[in-house]
Amino acid sequence: MSTLAVPNSLSTSVRRDVPAVDVEHLTKVFRRRDKNAGKLSRRRRSMPALKDVTFTIARGECVAILGQNGSGKSTLVRLLSTLLIDDGGSARVFGYDVVDDAKMIRRLVNRVSVEASFFKKMSADENLSYAARFYGMPPSVTRTAIPKILEKVGFPPDRRSESMQNLSRGMQQKVALARALLTSPVLLLLDEPTTGLDPRSKLEVQDFIRDVRATHDATILLCTHDMAEAEALADRIGLLDRGELLFLEPVADVKRRYGVETLEEAFFAATGRSFEEEHDEDDEYREVYG
Amino acid sequence: MTAIGATMRSELIGLGGIVERNVYLTKRYFLWDVAFMIWTIANTLTIVFIARSVRLTVAAENTLAAKLLVGAVIWAFLGIIFEFMTETVAWERWEGTIEYTFMAPISRLMHLGGQGAYAVLYGLIRATILFFAVVLFIGIHIPHANFGAAFALLAIASLSFIGIGMMTSVLPLVSPEKGAQLGFVAQGLMLVVSGVYYPVSVMPHWMQLISKVSPATYAIRGDRASIVNGTGLVWADVWPLLIIAVAATPIGLAIFHRGEQYAKKHGKLKRSG
Repeated sequence: MSTLAVPNSLSTSVRRDVPAVDVEHLTKVFRRRDKNAGKLSRRRRSMPALKDVTFTIARGECVAILGQNGSGKSTLVRLLSTLLIDDGGSARVFGYDVVDDAKMIRRLVNRVSVEASFFKKMSADENLSYAARFYGMPPSVTRTAIPKILEKVGFPPDRRSESMQNLSRGMQQKVALARALLTSPVLLLLDEPTTGLDPRSKLEVQDFIRDVRATHDATILLCTHDMAEAEALADRIGLLDRGELLFLEPVADVKRRYGVETLEEAFFAATGRSFEEEHDEDDEYREVYG
Repeated sequence: MTAIGATMRSELIGLGGIVERNVYLTKRYFLWDVAFMIWTIANTLTIVFIARSVRLTVAAENTLAAKLLVGAVIWAFLGIIFEFMTETVAWERWEGTIEYTFMAPISRLMHLGGQGAYAVLYGLIRATILFFAVVLFIGIHIPHANFGAAFALLAIASLSFIGIGMMTSVLPLVSPEKGAQLGFVAQGLMLVVSGVYYPVSVMPHWMQLISKVSPATYAIRGDRASIVNGTGLVWADVWPLLIIAVAATPIGLAIFHRGEQYAKKHGKLKRSG
């Protein structure tokens, strides 16, 4: 299997003496209309999506952040993708600040989110070409790189020219993975990449993530609510609950810390709630805005 | 290649990517475009037929029809530019790609410039088809028309239109629900002060003052002169357009930047807004 090389321009941009991700006291607050205020009132109340979150990820590491819907996982990913501006603390990617050095970080990071998100009338080939241009890849490069990367993710060559809207969700997610890897990111942000996939597609995507780790110089931050997936793929697991990072350590240490056998039990021990328990209205709000 | 050269190359490839994407989408939606073209021709005919209803000499009626047609074509052309620019964000939000585009390492100048460049190309093609379709349908005689000058002036005016379009393209970022419609309001306001179907001199004085900062004023005036009288490029129409373009682009980018920062602060830079 071929290794996806990091382009020279990226290699020189990546500092080796700093963590891949360095988050310190990161805070993000959204404001929503206060439903207890009158109908005509414009009073708003604060809804913390991330509360004083601090952690680091070493280069080449795969870290999974677990959390329910509305726990702040997507907010974290979107802050690291430069799509949000924090309300306190700092986040650095290979030493670059996500707000001050956003343009530099954009060259280093790519992501796969729960929604595959493509121009639906366009084909996989066309969507990937378009995305690659933003990273300075000319047609002479993508002409060979796109078929290669699609083959690598197991996408059938005879469907490359088909509209995305005709592809299954699993197929679309493979194209999303290809899109993220086409630009050779050194930090790959995976925001629930297997949610909603059938078991077979889910396993294929997970195998591919393992393969990326083995063959590509990438650091991976995987946000998921699938505990088995997190345990299978990550070096360390963190638990984000209502915006607070309760722990981030190897699975064995988590289980030892709480004296439990499974991550579900650890979640219960850490939060006092079961993982499947309904989340409240505020969590839903954080889910929508975060 | 120097670092600046490499960055410029990368940025231009990104600009090309926007144009490339729009070519793909135009191909995919070609039949819809044909339908909209028919609607635009019908709409323009409703305006140009007014010239036939006025009791004038044949020559005067022909001149009036040509003047109305130029106004209607520029309205349609400007409509396409504003539609493309204003929907830069709205399309991506609809398709769900907005986050991927805004986290990509392309400058907003190239991002919006690419959208504007395609809008101008596409708009010029549509404006040409519209113009000749109506000329043939109604039978307007324009023996002296200087198409080269008219085309060149429209291309120069496009730079200003793109700059102003950049200002309106921020609206869907700030208001996902109603922002795109506000772009069309801006287009209408610009044309009403620019003498789209009438001379600027018939408007109240305060509107005439506003018309001086509207690029459409110079585009309409110059193109009318080129089509009806065969006038070449007139410097008096060109220099205001260049000045407005030079001013509008950085102002448009600055406004877009402010809107982008607001959207990032309030979590609006996402598919569901």
